[in-house]
Amino acid sequence: MRTSIPAFDTTELAPPVEEEIQAVHEAAWRQLLRHRSAVAGLAVLAVYTLAALLGPVVFNQYNPAHQDLNAVLLPPSPHHLLGTDNYGRDELLDLVYGSRYTLSLGLLAVVIGGGVGVPLGAASGYFGGWIDILIQRLTDIMLAFPNIVLALALVAALGPGLKNVVIAVGVSSIPNFIRLVRSEALKVRQLPYVEAARALGVPSGRILFRHLVPNALAPVIVLATLQMGLAILVAAGLGFFGLGVQPPTPEWGELLGEGHNYIFRDANLITFPGLCIFFAVLAFNLVGDGLRDVLDPRLRT
Amino acid sequence: MLTYVVRRLLVALPTLWGVATGVFIMARLLPGDPARVIAGVLATPEQVAHIRHQLGLDQPLYVQYLDFIGRLLHFDLGVSAHFGSPVAAEIASRIPYTVALAVTAVAIAVILGVLAGVGAAIRRNTPLDLIISALSVFGISMPVYWLGLMLIVLFSIQVHWLPAAGADSPTSIILPAFTLAVFSVGLIARITRGSMLEVLSQDYIRTARAKGAPFRRVVLKHALRNALLPIITAIGLQFGSLLGGAVLTESVFSWPGVGRLLLDSIFFRDYPMVQGLVLLFAVTYIVINLLTDLLYAYVDPRIRYD
Repeated sequence: MRTSIPAFDTTELAPPVEEEIQAVHEAAWRQLLRHRSAVAGLAVLAVYTLAALLGPVVFNQYNPAHQDLNAVLLPPSPHHLLGTDNYGRDELLDLVYGSRYTLSLGLLAVVIGGGVGVPLGAASGYFGGWIDILIQRLTDIMLAFPNIVLALALVAALGPGLKNVVIAVGVSSIPNFIRLVRSEALKVRQLPYVEAARALGVPSGRILFRHLVPNALAPVIVLATLQMGLAILVAAGLGFFGLGVQPPTPEWGELLGEGHNYIFRDANLITFPGLCIFFAVLAFNLVGDGLRDVLDPRLRT
Repeated sequence: MLTYVVRRLLVALPTLWGVATGVFIMARLLPGDPARVIAGVLATPEQVAHIRHQLGLDQPLYVQYLDFIGRLLHFDLGVSAHFGSPVAAEIASRIPYTVALAVTAVAIAVILGVLAGVGAAIRRNTPLDLIISALSVFGISMPVYWLGLMLIVLFSIQVHWLPAAGADSPTSIILPAFTLAVFSVGLIARITRGSMLEVLSQDYIRTARAKGAPFRRVVLKHALRNALLPIITAIGLQFGSLLGGAVLTESVFSWPGVGRLLLDSIFFRDYPMVQGLVLLFAVTYIVINLLTDLLYAYVDPRIRYD
């Protein structure tokens, strides 16, 4: 006769074991690599990442603060493949260095947006009641401000600069994460394994982060990828209007804004930074769409 | 229908109040002293104190808040620090320009977007579908400020066909309206394609075709009508990004609407104006969303009984 119920480890409830999870990941990867437009997006991102990581090592003679007033606004030549900017810097090197700022702006903003939005959304959907009502009303209010208007207002309040742009763009993306994770949490909380965990007395915090959030991860990854594109678009827009990263830091939006002043003399200074921003946003949109097709077949477009 | 309208209005009211409160808090966070901005650099401390008193900035915060909400109910947004005239009057004089721009852009977006989306759906997996789908992604990935500049370079600087800035000639609206429309064209085309594909796979479409209804009639009468709901939602939802895009587009083209006024006011540190404009954008968005929901309920009566 048993005298005590053995302690129940809830991790045993989670059905897939390590190898199965890995197999699922590998299958998703293979599917993504068969998705032609997603591969194109991944290729662009690979080039940008290489530029951001290796650019400064390869072109170590470049100094963003360097000005050569004898060589401003030069047309493309074998010496300066894309010509020079209004400071006499090589435009191609500006763009290579700019990739670090623009990409990290986007990444950090999404980390803030997801870092705040995911737990709030999960709590909103899981607990329901007044917590849900409170968070949802706040989300409604934030969503009422168009993304760029909210970011502009926040930057106006915080002042320009790299850190404040990250905060402004990150905060303006929070409500999208809340919305998505809440609806996922509402679905997942009905599932037997969550109910079982609750019946066993697993603390709410542990249910949220061990069981609920991991199961909502696929759509969060899709949203985060798409939000990267949007964050870059907004951050570069702030830079373009002189409210973001300040010159002479060669952020792509800032470079485009500088080029705007020379629109009649040298259209190259507009064309190339703009193309860089466009391809970055396009790449994240393509990869995001691909991931959605692979991870979340219900939402196939 | 009436109860639904009332219920939706009741939900929108607390959001409006929350938006007003958010804008109030944000305006208090803004750096600098609005009284000093209005008084100018040469003002004596007494003059600054006088203006601060006039603006009510020497009152406790809750008095300022109640005063702010009270004035809002009378559409009183205060006095612009830059123009010296009432904020509401200045905004009102700019609204027609933004409305003209937005309406033109939405018209372009709906016509091109729905046409492209239907075209891609009925020619699924053909080169046409591929091209339209690719262009749609390009459209939603396009930085509006860059597109605007490139169009200025092409159409105003290289060939002098269209004006690059201002709103002085009837052709002035062409470039900014097209620039603003591009994102929405892409989005609407995508949603239309997806929605049409789903409807076209339904049984009643096959039935209609089987009974011999002409293809064109099936597409327009049976499929498009039923595919409309997501399209209407998309048009309503993209209004937020359209308003945001208007800020960028107007600034690039020096179009004298409220969007450019917002960016200018941020540079002028004209905080009463920034506050009024941010409020205007949010309220417009809430109202458009409300109208979308009501239209939605009107098109599909099932919605009302959820």
